[in-house]
Amino acid sequence: MIRDALVVAGKDLRLEARSRVALNQVLPFALLVLVLFAFALDPDRGVLEEATPGLYWVAVLFSGLLALQRSFAVEAADGNRDALRLSGLDPAGIYLGKVLAVGAQLLLLEALLGVGVAVLYTTELDGWPLLLATVVVATAGIATAGTLYGVVAAGLRVRETLLPLLLLPVLAPVLIGSTRAFEAALGGTPSEGWPWVGLMGVFALLYVVAGVLGFGPLLEEA
Amino acid sequence: MTTQIASTDEGRPSASAPEAPTSTGSRTTRVLGLATLVGFALLVLFSFVLSPADDNQGDAVRIMYIHVPSATLAYTGCFLTTLGSILYLWKRSQWWELVAYASAEIAALFTAVTLATGMLWGRPTWGVYWVWDARLTTTAMLELLLLGYLAVRRLPAEYSVRAKRAAVIGLLLVPNVIIVRQSVQWWRTLHQKPTLFSDGLDSNIEGLMLFSLFLGFVVLGLFFVWLLIHRFRVAWLEEQIADTGLDAAIAERRAEAGGVDAAGRATGPSAPGAPTLATGEAQP
Amino acid sequence: METQLPDRPSGAAPVVHLRGAVALLGRFPALAGVDLDVDRRRTILLRGPNGAGKTTLLRTLAGLVPVTDGEAVVLGVDLRRDRRAVRHRVGLLAHATGLYDDLTVTDNVRFWARAAKARPEDVEAAMARLGLDGRLAHVAVGRLSAGQRRRTSLACLVARRPELWLLDEPHAGLDQDGRDVVDRLVRDATAAGATVVLSSHELDRSLELADEVVTIAGGVAHREPVPGPSGRGAPGAGAEP
Repeated sequence: MIRDALVVAGKDLRLEARSRVALNQVLPFALLVLVLFAFALDPDRGVLEEATPGLYWVAVLFSGLLALQRSFAVEAADGNRDALRLSGLDPAGIYLGKVLAVGAQLLLLEALLGVGVAVLYTTELDGWPLLLATVVVATAGIATAGTLYGVVAAGLRVRETLLPLLLLPVLAPVLIGSTRAFEAALGGTPSEGWPWVGLMGVFALLYVVAGVLGFGPLLEEA
Repeated sequence: MTTQIASTDEGRPSASAPEAPTSTGSRTTRVLGLATLVGFALLVLFSFVLSPADDNQGDAVRIMYIHVPSATLAYTGCFLTTLGSILYLWKRSQWWELVAYASAEIAALFTAVTLATGMLWGRPTWGVYWVWDARLTTTAMLELLLLGYLAVRRLPAEYSVRAKRAAVIGLLLVPNVIIVRQSVQWWRTLHQKPTLFSDGLDSNIEGLMLFSLFLGFVVLGLFFVWLLIHRFRVAWLEEQIADTGLDAAIAERRAEAGGVDAAGRATGPSAPGAPTLATGEAQP
Repeated sequence: METQLPDRPSGAAPVVHLRGAVALLGRFPALAGVDLDVDRRRTILLRGPNGAGKTTLLRTLAGLVPVTDGEAVVLGVDLRRDRRAVRHRVGLLAHATGLYDDLTVTDNVRFWARAAKARPEDVEAAMARLGLDGRLAHVAVGRLSAGQRRRTSLACLVARRPELWLLDEPHAGLDQDGRDVVDRLVRDATAAGATVVLSSHELDRSLELADEVVTIAGGVAHREPVPGPSGRGAPGAGAEP
């Protein structure tokens, strides 16, 4: 299973390296969201600074959606679903591979966005351990839940509208948790943030298990 | 009429009704329905006339008798959906899948009622229609999660595709609600901001108010069951309609071959050596 | 060329054994009671009008489509019980390419080969046989012509060295060279111990290859001897429907 996961993750990442969709489209989109928020909220700097963690994670969520859509769009093409079923790959491995690939792309995105936020919103980055831990579990949550719901929506004509409808309510706790944890880190009270990391960890664990068990059966129906 | 096929993937309820039913009513539902109606009448009596107005909230508190039971039943319905989804995935039981579906729809209804009555209660009590408190926010999220489940269950696709995917969503409903609830509660209570929102359910609920609330639970509970039975039956009939006789479909399929093939021989049921329909029907 | 697949004793069970197999696509009985027996190392040609069920039959043999009635045993695997077990032992060349357009030919073949746990030397050999190891190796699949994509799909199949080859109109879209390559591949495959079932509308070429011809119509199969002087003989063992 792990071996298959690495093969699939490698394939997805190589695909991204060749097509550069995340780099050329998703990242600019995320930056654009940040800029738009700055326009929409009162230029009064105080408001923007307070809202920064939330805005950052909203931008990450939207970008994550795009990355997930892309991850499944490539499999929707031309008989790839059948080919995956015939390939001899362990479905749980395929799931984990896709999670790893999306997760990696998200981490890169979050790092770059973090720089963007620090610059555009002149935030000071404090409380490193908590910030890093939050980023890791939140990304895990988005990737694991997103890949599972992605395969539920995959292969359907309505995939593009169905996936956000399914995924965003499910990811609400991740948004709440990551924002609160960031606020705690940046506000100098990290002890308030760690319980959130724990909650998101549980979330990611739940979805990894659900994904590993459910991906295979869900891949079956053509 | 459907035909039983040996060892299909899903257990199908036998559609051996001699004729299509014209309604989903039965003695059970009629009794239930009557009891519910009577109960509603009693509830109106108790909640509007007999029970006292609250000291703090005045008459607005009467909405509680609908609001609180609605909320409880909404969550109960959600739980039933998850249970049904688990049993469908585990035992391939279509009966439970239909329970899950019907339950989700009714839970969505009750959630909407909860939110609406919550807003009606909020306006006179706190002056606003909505507050982002733990309970209301979680209920709003529940509604969104249920709508997601229903969207998948209603996809234009084959039953087995819809049911399996919806079941996975349904299975995750309860865990999702728990996680959402937890995060929203922490969010709204960890920072003790002064809030106008008081629960309304203080400990001095007693006497007639308590009884009215209890009556509300009973009546709405009956209503829930009545709706569930009807919705289940409608859903079952929906699936039966799409299920035409397999033998007929097979015969039609074979008849496609009627005519002459490239080598100039007649193919199809009349061709020599072709499997006859009797062979098809004789399959165990 | 390649090493032989392990030999089975003569009189062994057929590679494909279907009796009254019914396969549903949704509620539509695409296969309405198919009887088919295929022995090892044989090449079977499926023919029939469009919509008759040829593609569904091939996909069923690959273990992709559930069989709801009758008997269906492929490579010793009972498809009604666990059709997934047969998948890694067959190779299916479908109408769809099954390739990632943004990846190069080499990326694609290597990925699918690695997925199937094929040997690296088989990958090289497959690409060479299909003429993909030169200039085309590093071209993105999306920029290839239809025929070149077909060759890439074939390379993915060849690299897996499956015991049962299922080819859905393999000659379609290929130029003369390509068709010659396909024919040679099929002959070499059966010589090495594999079995081939292919569907085609190109009867002239396919009849040269085939040992037996099966006509599919209305979801049912009819076996017949290969007609004419170019035919290779009478149908093999297997019950008449």
